[in-house]
Amino acid sequence: MAPHPASENSGIWKLIFGRLDWSALPLHEPIVVGTFAMVALGGLAVFGLITRYRLWGYLWTEWFTTVDHKRIGIMYMILGLVMFVRGFADAVMMRIQQAMAFNGSEGYLNAHHYDQIFTAHGVIMIFFVAMPMITGIMNYIVPLQIGARDVSFPFLNNFSFWMTTSGAVIVMMSLFVGEFARSGWLAYPPLTGIAYSPGVGVDYYIWALQIAGVGTLLSGVNLIATIVKMRAPGMTMMKLPIFVWTSLLANVLIVAAFPVLTAVLALLSLDRYVGTAFFTNDFGGNPMMYVNLIWIWGHPEVYILILPLFGVFSEVVSTFCSKRLFGYSSMVYATVVIAILSYLVWLHHFFTMGSGASVNSFFGITTMVISIPTGAKLFNWLFTMYRGRIRFELPMMWTVAFMLTFTIGGMTGVLLAVPPADFVLHNSLFLIAHFHNVIIGGVLFGMFAAINYWWPKAFGFKLDRTWGVRSFWLWVVGFWFAFMPLYILGLMGVTRRLRVFDDPSLQIWFIIAAFGAFLIACGIACMFIQFGVSIWKRNELRDTTGDPWNGRTLEWSTSSPPPDYNFAFTPVIHDNDAWADMKKRGYQRPTGGFEPIHMPSNTGTGIILAGLATAFGVAMIWYIWWLAGLSFFGLLAVAIGHTFNYKRDFHIPRDVVERTEGERTRLLAAQG
Amino acid sequence: MATASPIDPAFLDQDGNPLFHLDHEPHHPEGSSTALGFWIYLMSDCLIFACLFATYGVLGGNYAAGPGPRDLFDLPLVALNTAMLLFSSITYGFAMLAMEKNRAGATQGWLAITGLFGLAFLSIELYEFSHLIHEGATPMRSGFLSAFFTLVGTHGLHVTFGCIWLVTLMVQIARKGLIPANQRRLMCLSMFWHFLDVVWIGVFTFVYLMGMLR
Repeated sequence: MAPHPASENSGIWKLIFGRLDWSALPLHEPIVVGTFAMVALGGLAVFGLITRYRLWGYLWTEWFTTVDHKRIGIMYMILGLVMFVRGFADAVMMRIQQAMAFNGSEGYLNAHHYDQIFTAHGVIMIFFVAMPMITGIMNYIVPLQIGARDVSFPFLNNFSFWMTTSGAVIVMMSLFVGEFARSGWLAYPPLTGIAYSPGVGVDYYIWALQIAGVGTLLSGVNLIATIVKMRAPGMTMMKLPIFVWTSLLANVLIVAAFPVLTAVLALLSLDRYVGTAFFTNDFGGNPMMYVNLIWIWGHPEVYILILPLFGVFSEVVSTFCSKRLFGYSSMVYATVVIAILSYLVWLHHFFTMGSGASVNSFFGITTMVISIPTGAKLFNWLFTMYRGRIRFELPMMWTVAFMLTFTIGGMTGVLLAVPPADFVLHNSLFLIAHFHNVIIGGVLFGMFAAINYWWPKAFGFKLDRTWGVRSFWLWVVGFWFAFMPLYILGLMGVTRRLRVFDDPSLQIWFIIAAFGAFLIACGIACMFIQFGVSIWKRNELRDTTGDPWNGRTLEWSTSSPPPDYNFAFTPVIHDNDAWADMKKRGYQRPTGGFEPIHMPSNTGTGIILAGLATAFGVAMIWYIWWLAGLSFFGLLAVAIGHTFNYKRDFHIPRDVVERTEGERTRLLAAQG
Repeated sequence: MATASPIDPAFLDQDGNPLFHLDHEPHHPEGSSTALGFWIYLMSDCLIFACLFATYGVLGGNYAAGPGPRDLFDLPLVALNTAMLLFSSITYGFAMLAMEKNRAGATQGWLAITGLFGLAFLSIELYEFSHLIHEGATPMRSGFLSAFFTLVGTHGLHVTFGCIWLVTLMVQIARKGLIPANQRRLMCLSMFWHFLDVVWIGVFTFVYLMGMLR
C-alpha cells in the first residue's frame, strides 16, 4: 500500500480524521481481508456469547477491575497466548513464503506485506507474548511464594496490565487499519525516519511500545517493592525461593532497561513528528546513536525474558527430583552476575559498526564470560537431578528439553561472540537460528514447564498428560526441524529477512524448515487441545490437596486455587523450601482463630486510563490532533481524580474467612 | 471436630515462638512500600535523563554549520533560572519542616512559594527557548540543538508536572489536612522536586557551563 502523506486529505476531513481515510483499509490485500473476516466473525461470536450469557457484569467486576495479583496474572497469560497465535501465524507465513520463492517464483506475499510480517512477528513475540507471559507468571507466583496477600501496589498492577493490553490492541489494529512498520523489529533509523518511512507503520510501532512500556516499567517497580517489602516473617533474602530471586533480578533489569527504550523511541518520535536531527543522515544526526541506545535496552531485555524461566526450571527440578536445589547460593550469585553482565555486552549486536579491535574485543570477552554463570546454573540443575528420584511429569520433561536445546543455543551464541566470526555471520540466518534456539528453547519451553507446573495451583486440576506429551514431542522435534536448516543456511551466507532467492540449491533447507514449522503448529494445536480436554475432564483431574506435586515452596501450602487472601494466617519461615520444611516439622493446618483480613479494593481506573492511552496513541499515529489533546487531558484528569479517592481498601469479614477455610477443611478431610 | 487455632501449643516451638503461622495479622502500615517504590521509579526516570545526557554528549558538538553554545547561551539568565529552582528546593524543605510540626497553614504557604519559584523557572526557560527560536536556533537546526532542546525541555516538562502535582496536593491538604496519606504524598513530591533540582545542576554544569568552554 502506498504511504499516506498528510497532504492527501484536505479541509474538514483532515481536521477531523488527520491522515486517516478509506485507503487505509487494506482491501486490495486478499490475505488481510480474509484474516479480518475471520477475526471479525470470531470477535462477534465471543461478543455474542458473552452478551447471551450476560457475562459483561461478571467480567467487569471480577476480572477487568480486579486488583487481585492472581487474576491479573491469569489475564496476562491469556493476553500472551492470544498474541502468541498471531505471532506464530506470522512465522508460518514467512516459512511458506521462503519455501516457495525460488526459480523465479515471487511467492505469495508482496514485499510490502512480507516486510510488515517479519517486523510484526518479532515485535509481537517479544513484547506481547514473552513479556506478558513472564509478567503473568511472576504476578501469579511471586506473592504466593513469599507468603504475601498481594503486591505492593495493587492498583498499579491492574493499570500495568491494561497498558500492556493497550499496546497489543494498537499492534493488532495496524493489521487492518493502515500498515505496520516494515523496518525489522528494532526499527533502525534512518530507514524509520520520516524521509524513508512516511507512512503510519513506524508510528504504530512507536506508540504500541511506548504505551505497553509504561505498563512493563510500573509492573517492574511493583514487583521489586513487593519482593523487598512484603516477604513473610523469617524469609531472609537467602531463604527466598530461586524463582523469586530470578524474578527480582529480572524486574531490576526491567527498571534499569525500559527507560532507555522509552527515551530512544521518544527521540525517534521527535525526529518523525517535529523534524529534529537525532538519527538523521544530515544536520549532525547520528543513526548509530539509536542502534547503541536501543541495544542498551535490548540486550538486558533478553535476560529479562530468560531469568524468570531459569527460576522456573530451578523450582521444577528441585520439586520433581524431591531434593533441595543443588548449590542454592551459587545459583543466586550466578543470577546476579548474569544481571550485571547483561549491561556490558550490548555492542556485540553490531560488531560490524566498526568500533575497532579493542572495543570489539572487550564486548566479545564480556559476552563469552556470561556463559560461565549460565554454565554454573546448568551444572546446578544436573547435580540436583543426580541421584534424585526424578519424576518425569510434563514440567520436568520440558526442563530436560530446555537443558539440551538451550545449551546448543548458548554455544552458538559464544561462536557469534567472536568478533571475526561475527563479521561473517552478522545478520545471517545463523543468527536467527541462534536466538530462536535460546528464546524458544529457554523462554518458551520454560513457559510450558511453568504452565504445566502451576496450572493445578491456579485452577485446582492438573493438565491432561496425553495431549501434553504429544504437544511436547511435536514441539521439540519441530523445533529442530525448523531451525537446524537455518544454522546451515546461515553458515552458507544466507542473510535474514529475504523474500525471494536466486540459488535453487537452497530451497530444500527452507522446505525442511517449513516442515518444522508445521510440526510446531501441530504442537501448538495439541497444547490448546490439552487445555480443552483438561477443562472437560476437570473432575477426573481435580486436586483438592493444593499440593499435587509434593511441592517445596509456599504456594503449595494453600488451597488450589488459592483464596482471595492467599493465606488465612501469615506463614512463618525458618528455612529454604519453606513448605517442604513445614511438612518435615509435622505441619498442622490451623482451623480456628481466624481474623478479618485487610485487602485492597477493586477499581475501574486502570482500564479507563488505558482506554484513554489507546485513544491517544491512535490519534498520534493518524495525526488526529484534537483527539490527541482531548485524550491527553482526559488521562491527566482521570489520574488526578483517582488521587482524590482515599478509600482504597476493605476487610474480608471473619465469617467469610471461616467459611472459606471450613470448606477447605471439609475437602481435605473427605480426601483422607 | 476441635478447632485448632494458631495459638495452640501444637503451633509453637519449644521457646514459645510461632512455628508455622503468626497468630495475629502483622500490621503493615498503610503505604509502607510507597517510599521505596517511588524511589525506584525516580531512578528509572533518572535513566531517561541519563540517555538524554548521553545523546547530548554525542551530538552536542554537531552544529551542522549552525550556531554553537557560545553564540546562544546567556549565562546570567541561566544563573538566575538556576537560582529560582534552587530556592524552590529550599522552600520545599521548609514546607516539609512545617509538615513535621503538623502546621497545615505554614505547609500550604511554603508550598505556594515553592510553586511560584517553579513557575518563575518555567517562565524564564520559555523566554530563553522563544528567544533562541526567534534567532533561528530551532530544535530542527542541528543535532546539537535537537539534543539541547530535548534535554532541557524534558526537565522543564518534569517541572511542569511537578507544579500540577503541587497544586493537586495543596487542594488535597486543604480538604483533608495533613493526614498520613497526604504526608506520604508530600514526601514523594519532595523527592521528585529535589531530584529535578539535582538533574538541573547536571544540566547547568554539563550543558551551559561546559558549553561555554567548547
